[in-house]
Amino acid sequence: MTASQGEQLPIRTSEEVVVVRQAVRKWAVAAGFSIIDQTKVVTAASELARNTVVHAGGGTVLIEQITSGERRGLRLTFEDSGPGIPDIELALKDGYTTGNGLGLGLSGSKRLMNEFVITSTVGHGTKVVATKWK
Amino acid sequence: MERIPILKMGDCLLVTVQVDMHDQMALTLQDDLTTRISQTKAKAVLIDISALEIVDSFIGRMLGNIAGMARILDAQTVLVGMRPAVAITLVELGMSLPGVRTALNVERGMDLIRMSPANRSRHDRESR
Amino acid sequence: MPKPASSKLSEVLLRYESDILATWMQLQLSAVKHRGDLIKNSDLREQSARFLELVREGVQTGDPNVQSGAAWAATREMLESLSRSRAKLGFTPAETASFVYSLKAAIFERLREEMGSNPQALVTEIITASELLDVLGLLTMEMYQKGREGVIARQQQELMELSTPVVMLWDGVLALPLIGTLDSGRTQVVMENLLQRIVETGASIAILDITGVPTVDTLVAQHLLKAVSAARLMGADCIISGIRPQIAQTIVHLGVDLGNVTTKATLAEAFRVALNRTSRRIVDADFQASTTGA
Repeated sequence: MTASQGEQLPIRTSEEVVVVRQAVRKWAVAAGFSIIDQTKVVTAASELARNTVVHAGGGTVLIEQITSGERRGLRLTFEDSGPGIPDIELALKDGYTTGNGLGLGLSGSKRLMNEFVITSTVGHGTKVVATKWK
Repeated sequence: MERIPILKMGDCLLVTVQVDMHDQMALTLQDDLTTRISQTKAKAVLIDISALEIVDSFIGRMLGNIAGMARILDAQTVLVGMRPAVAITLVELGMSLPGVRTALNVERGMDLIRMSPANRSRHDRESR
Repeated sequence: MPKPASSKLSEVLLRYESDILATWMQLQLSAVKHRGDLIKNSDLREQSARFLELVREGVQTGDPNVQSGAAWAATREMLESLSRSRAKLGFTPAETASFVYSLKAAIFERLREEMGSNPQALVTEIITASELLDVLGLLTMEMYQKGREGVIARQQQELMELSTPVVMLWDGVLALPLIGTLDSGRTQVVMENLLQRIVETGASIAILDITGVPTVDTLVAQHLLKAVSAARLMGADCIISGIRPQIAQTIVHLGVDLGNVTTKATLAEAFRVALNRTSRRIVDADFQASTTGA
């Protein structure tokens, strides 16, 4: 798997969540995603970017176009240095929430993407790598 | 601050969301709408989201909240114009907005409001 | 790789190319694995001649890197298209690979005739030639596999599109006769087609007919409900029809929750409901004539 090009953006406010959505849309279009896949990846990005703002007080996202063999995809890497997630399995359950949302952010965005990996250290931060293949 | 305009047509409020809303904007719309419903005694709210390219869980929750609050204020809400890709994504995300009535477009939404039992009986009363 | 070792092989290939080709062709045509029913002799001869030529050229460069060396690029390319076409024609993997492996015997025989007096050098040459053809044979298998996967993926896609038509029953009423199992990939296609047609036709009711769905377990029910939810978000109501008695039993036994979706035993029954909801009804022609006439 190789990354051909990418872009890194800060996520500190809910306005910047909108900027992330627009950037991810642009990359999804460039990667040749169908309208439905574009919508799925942008929605997942929106959920994950909001999580970064709400739970960690901000962070960054790296958007990369990747290829593996003949497949093309988009990889989103969200990183923050917030409080971290003590129990990832629990956090991935539908309806589990620490904020005042519906608890669909993590579990829902996982369903919208093809690959989804969370690593988190309590007190140090969280990293979510989510990939969508064309 | 940027605000989503709310139009009044008879006893119906019409909201057309045309920009990619950030969260604060969505919350402001929720506040503005509930205030307007109670001020104008509107009986229906029509929200047109045909321009929206995505609805994530936050916007979805806001739409559900608006419908719920409107119901308490004795107004019905109809959500119209959701795009196919948005509908599929929202379902995949785990949200099906069970408490919100829906229609294909503004015209159909208006029909739905006109034909609803609450509205009909009110018309009957008024015509008497 | 010791250069002199391959120079003998290269020399033999160069000098006896047409002899080797003749022996090889004979071997291939008389082999048990020969598929005269799938490939014409003239095509096989053409492919064999081309391959032998490429191998000769490759050996002459002395580049030992068959897997990825530039000297062997043309050979690999040729094998790739050959494997792909044979996979499509219906050759088995073994039949495909034997194309490369059968060349061994032809080359070994010629080497033996040339170097029979020097057994040690002969063994070295045979090992070199054998290693070379082994790698090419394995590449062929790998490429065959890839070609096969491509065929399967394409067929799946075609099957999916074929098996999910959306038909218009009446103004404003759509029907989806679902055939086969509903997995998540299928559901996506079904949803996309359904929602697209709702937009195009402005339909307000869609009937999902599951007469052709063999079983409805929890997962299939979930997929069905997803399609129903997505259609509802766009303002269309769904009715599920074609629920056979066994399916009704499984649904209850498994405790599958179909929510508050209207279900009907037959498509006809569902259609009647759909017409009713759109303020229409079917009237017996004779009955209507007699009432309007009266």
